[in-house]
Amino acid sequence: MNTTILLFLLQDGVTNGAIYALLGLALVLVFAVTRVILIPQGEFITYGALTYATLSTGGVPGTAGLALVMGIVAFGFDLFAMRKAFHGGKLLRAALVDIVFPAIVFALAMTLAPHKPGVAVSIALSLAIVAAIGLFLYRIAFQPLAHTSVLVLLIASVGCHLALQGFGLVFFGAEGLRGPSLSDASLNLGQLMFTGQSLAVYGITVALMLALWLFFGFTRFGKALRATAVNRLGARLVGIRTSLSGQIAFLLASVIGAISGILIVPITTLYYDTGFLIGLKGFVAAIIGGLISYPLTAVAAIVVGIVESFSSFYASNYKEVIVFTLILPVLVLRSLAAPAVEEEKD
Amino acid sequence: MSPLLQVADVSVSYGKVEAVRSVSLEVREREIVTVIGANGAGKTTLLSAVMGILPLKGSVQFCGENIVRQDIEDRVADGLSLVPEHRELFATMTVEDNLELGAFRIAKSVAAQSQERVYGLFPRLKERRKQLAGTLSGGEQQMLAMGRALMGAPKLLMLDEPSLGLAPIIVADIFRIVTELRAAGVSVLLVEQNAKAALEIADRAYVMELGEFVLNGPAAEIAKNEAVAASYLGFSHG
Repeated sequence: MNTTILLFLLQDGVTNGAIYALLGLALVLVFAVTRVILIPQGEFITYGALTYATLSTGGVPGTAGLALVMGIVAFGFDLFAMRKAFHGGKLLRAALVDIVFPAIVFALAMTLAPHKPGVAVSIALSLAIVAAIGLFLYRIAFQPLAHTSVLVLLIASVGCHLALQGFGLVFFGAEGLRGPSLSDASLNLGQLMFTGQSLAVYGITVALMLALWLFFGFTRFGKALRATAVNRLGARLVGIRTSLSGQIAFLLASVIGAISGILIVPITTLYYDTGFLIGLKGFVAAIIGGLISYPLTAVAAIVVGIVESFSSFYASNYKEVIVFTLILPVLVLRSLAAPAVEEEKD
Repeated sequence: MSPLLQVADVSVSYGKVEAVRSVSLEVREREIVTVIGANGAGKTTLLSAVMGILPLKGSVQFCGENIVRQDIEDRVADGLSLVPEHRELFATMTVEDNLELGAFRIAKSVAAQSQERVYGLFPRLKERRKQLAGTLSGGEQQMLAMGRALMGAPKLLMLDEPSLGLAPIIVADIFRIVTELRAAGVSVLLVEQNAKAALEIADRAYVMELGEFVLNGPAAEIAKNEAVAASYLGFSHG
């Protein structure tokens, strides 16, 4: 092997790894705050990518309608929850978030899509649509189960994944789509050529990580989310609603998923079910990080990306096998190192 | 004037076991009320139910409003605060962050004043403000738990066994601070196994046995009661 190939594989691995890192961080975040293992993360990727691709070809994505319908259902849940203690302010907030927000997004998608909006508008709309879906998914499927065990939440998570994947097939069809790239610029460094797209991947990944770090380290809501992850009862006793924390966590995860999808879709063709496999690689990284550690997850994700690109060069048939086998030694080591803990009951 | 907290005919059950049986209690403004009793009498269960952690039968009025149907977070916003037995701190966050989150429901400008006040009451917390809560000593953790609760500027502070597992000198310190809180206008509902210390600072007291109140009255009178002295104070007047 010569250095050109080595460098090229490394570059490819780091680009993919950066995206896995984002996904892994979102998984760790959601698990820490809500104890949900977020299997539908893959659908957030697909929805983000294909919504973006559909919008930029002038079509109205079905996801916009799904967001609106889910919002209406979520509003019904909120109304039902308020039947005992009615509160005008809460009702108004619920109506704004559940009905008005997705309705505006839906209307914008309907009016703007036929004019083939530019890259920026398409991205903004896609993010808003997927954010709404993520938020309402938590409200509908997970908030009512918030007090149950990790296993029940996991089963619900699998159910959501299957349902959303089915909707994906309905909305986008079985053919794959590709989206326009964010930038056509390219940069030559020695033997390596960086496309504008891969530079965008690095830039956006770093910017998002920085933004997350600032959010969790310095804002009241970010700290409240961490507090919910550390001690749920303690958080409730200072007045932090665990349901609000869960909603914010899902909102962040869905936006991160959608951004990842939008970053990938100009590079490779995405199908309605591709997101799942990409999400799983983020999951491998999150598992290596023990579903707790953000830095470890980010580093592990880069390793996963590099292992993937090297194995696709040397043994492309075994690419996925090699990547997912990474989990085994980690699980063995972790189970030897960690004492047996019973699941906390709360 | 109606009492700040009025608990009327409250029962709490764990499945079929009734841990608290038709208990009534009130806390007025600027008052320290203590509930004493042996381990397992149902004191912690009662506080948890008043806070909304456990479901209850009966009525709980806070500031003249029935709060039984409100969830914990709304009770906190109304000015009811619990420092639980296990403190429930955010162990991997700093002392400062713990305090800041105590003021989650109030405006940032008000929170700054609360913080000054809490650091005034607990200078130790100010020294340790950059330290992680989980690395503090037991006494410091108790102070932090109380400080965090006070950050929300509560009208009524409910303390569950604040003296548990602490050295006597620290217990004395914490009880002194409780009396300072009363002077500052915060009412306190104090649940304690350490009956002697609790009765010394309380205005009124309730004695709990097997889920029921068997005795109540001014703390000074309860302290003189022979049965109480024999069971809880470790000596008899005989």
